Amino acid sequence: MSELITSNSGESMSTEGSTTPTGITGANILLDHVTKRFPGQARPAVDGLTMEIPAGKIVMLVGPSGCGKTTTLKMINRLIEPSEGRIVVDGDDVTNMNGDTLRRGIGYVIQAGGLFPHMTVATNIGLVPKMLGWDKARITARVDELLELVSLDPALYRNRYPKELSGGQQQRVGVARALAADPPVLLMDEPFGAVDPITRLRLQDELLNIQEELQKTIVCVTHDFDEAVKLGDWIAIFNEGAQLEQYDTPERILGDPANEFVENFIGSGAGLKQLTLTRVAEVGFSDAVVGSPGERAADVLARLIDAGHGHAVIVDERHRPIQWLSRRQLGRLEVISNVPDPKLPVVGYRATLNDALDTMLVSSAGAALVTGRRDMFKGVIDVQTVMDAITRSQTAAVLESDQAPVGLNTGVFHAQAPAAELNETASDGADARASQ
Amino acid sequence: MSTRALTAEAGIAGGDSAVETPGDPAAPAVPASQARAVWQSWRGLVYQLAGILLAFAALVIWLLTTNLSAVELTTLAPAALWIYTVEHIQLTLLAAAIVLVIAIPLGIALTRRPLRFLTAPVLAIANVGQAAPAIGVVVLLAFWVGFGFWAATLSLVLYAVLPVLRNTMVGLQQVDARLIEAGRGMGMSSTAVLFRVELPLAVPVMLSGVRTALVLLVGTAALATFVNGGGLGILITTGVNLSLTPVLVTGALLVALLALLIDWIGRVVEHVARPKGL
Repeated sequence: MSELITSNSGESMSTEGSTTPTGITGANILLDHVTKRFPGQARPAVDGLTMEIPAGKIVMLVGPSGCGKTTTLKMINRLIEPSEGRIVVDGDDVTNMNGDTLRRGIGYVIQAGGLFPHMTVATNIGLVPKMLGWDKARITARVDELLELVSLDPALYRNRYPKELSGGQQQRVGVARALAADPPVLLMDEPFGAVDPITRLRLQDELLNIQEELQKTIVCVTHDFDEAVKLGDWIAIFNEGAQLEQYDTPERILGDPANEFVENFIGSGAGLKQLTLTRVAEVGFSDAVVGSPGERAADVLARLIDAGHGHAVIVDERHRPIQWLSRRQLGRLEVISNVPDPKLPVVGYRATLNDALDTMLVSSAGAALVTGRRDMFKGVIDVQTVMDAITRSQTAAVLESDQAPVGLNTGVFHAQAPAAELNETASDGADARASQ
Repeated sequence: MSTRALTAEAGIAGGDSAVETPGDPAAPAVPASQARAVWQSWRGLVYQLAGILLAFAALVIWLLTTNLSAVELTTLAPAALWIYTVEHIQLTLLAAAIVLVIAIPLGIALTRRPLRFLTAPVLAIANVGQAAPAIGVVVLLAFWVGFGFWAATLSLVLYAVLPVLRNTMVGLQQVDARLIEAGRGMGMSSTAVLFRVELPLAVPVMLSGVRTALVLLVGTAALATFVNGGGLGILITTGVNLSLTPVLVTGALLVALLALLIDWIGRVVEHVARPKGL
């Protein structure tokens, strides 16, 4: 999977980044006191929801089935018209504008892609640009560009029909189609629900890569909490009637769940899930003494003792680690060989701490070698680094985040009010409901 | 006589059943097998046409070699037969055109949101109406609107509207709701979704309804003669009334062959018009 990750700008992975990173092409969205009542139903499907969705972020809507998360999503592009309240996209009230015009400016991805079976891949992708009146040459160029973006060879796939594609490929084309007219907002309704687990992981990684490049505002409905933790900058956990139980970063939801409902929803293993939130690149790793094949072992040993390290990393001519030798092993050697050690504990720098810890536990060393692009050696990570990172993220989680977007039900909306107060209001409301 | 009719039937039946199997040609990757797949998908149609032509040839040979009485010879004069056939086809096509103009828009309208509540009751009525005997409809209507070509056309329309209406509605209903939602979700208007997504995906079912209607019409048009509507039915009634077996058989066979020919044309159209990728 690591070969899919080509970009190396690690900082945008961090959810606590600055509020306006450069390159954001997304728009912020505001649901203002939105209520949806379906005819013939006693209780509203969405009840007085106020929610701010920051530009350029991935917001995951999760909750049990029938909680109103999909209704909430479909109210953003007004596939479902809200009964009350306002929808504001990029500062413009879109509640009363022409729904079709609004939807042409918002990407929409559904489960299994929702491709039209009687149209080729290229026609499917080109639908929205065509509606927007692009000329043919521009549409063709855009289709090819998008197919490249979702890792499909345009020459091979352009003229295929959806039934000639695998489930994962259909889903990719679905994403490409949603991105066709370069919309600022992408809505995804359980996008990866219909593909097998391995394909799902790949598609998730690719979505993260695409998002790193494009920085759209993505609102994604899922019932899979792990997916929410993996993809989300922010996670909104809904209870029945789209009651917002907690709206926060994955770190804080895992480290500091707002109430019992959220705790139950997270399920067991919150600590381990936290490990999947941090990547090796973000925790910093230590340097190591480096040697190369052909060197005299004694020279490397001398450098090792100088630096006070226990192990030396041997790299090949392209700086890829091939051996990891202890002082004792070096002492026994005359000249360092160029035979790669197949059991070398190596993790990519984009791997999660979860993967890194797993590698360390399997190897006896209690540490792992970190490699960067083209498998080049970058440094060493050990168990202590991982432990420190966990402690740090737990401490950070308890601290209030002043950048948390607003999200609450049936309350007064204060754009300027401190998040703490709003969070209290939200959880008070939840408690009140729980006690009823 | 009966043996010939049977062979004709068998040839036709063979052609007919072969049509069903290659309905869904697998998408071949290799050009060599592509040609075979094309042949596979057309094979049934070729057999059906061959069967029809063979049966027709057999009928002609039989008529030329049998001893026919003077009355039979006049009734079965090629010019007369041609006029009956043309009348029959006119009746059928006119009724079919009217049916399409009525049933397809009606079927679309009945599956749109404001009228959707009517879909189920109308389908139920359509299914019941289909079971009503055609002769009853024809004669009852004749008493009401009078006899002649237009009375015959009206009853034919009433009878054939049902399969087209039903298949239009069923075809539109079976379009995956998620595809409609995907269309609306990307900003297509409901009209655009109807014409670019729903109707193309409903085409196979709709066309098969049209074909059924046409075949029904060819058969039912033989009854038009009871209300003085013309067509090949006159041969059958004459044959029965005057005990002229060759006339009766010729009339029946011509109607049957015409129905099969229309069915064949319908299948060819379905085959060609089926959207790619389905």
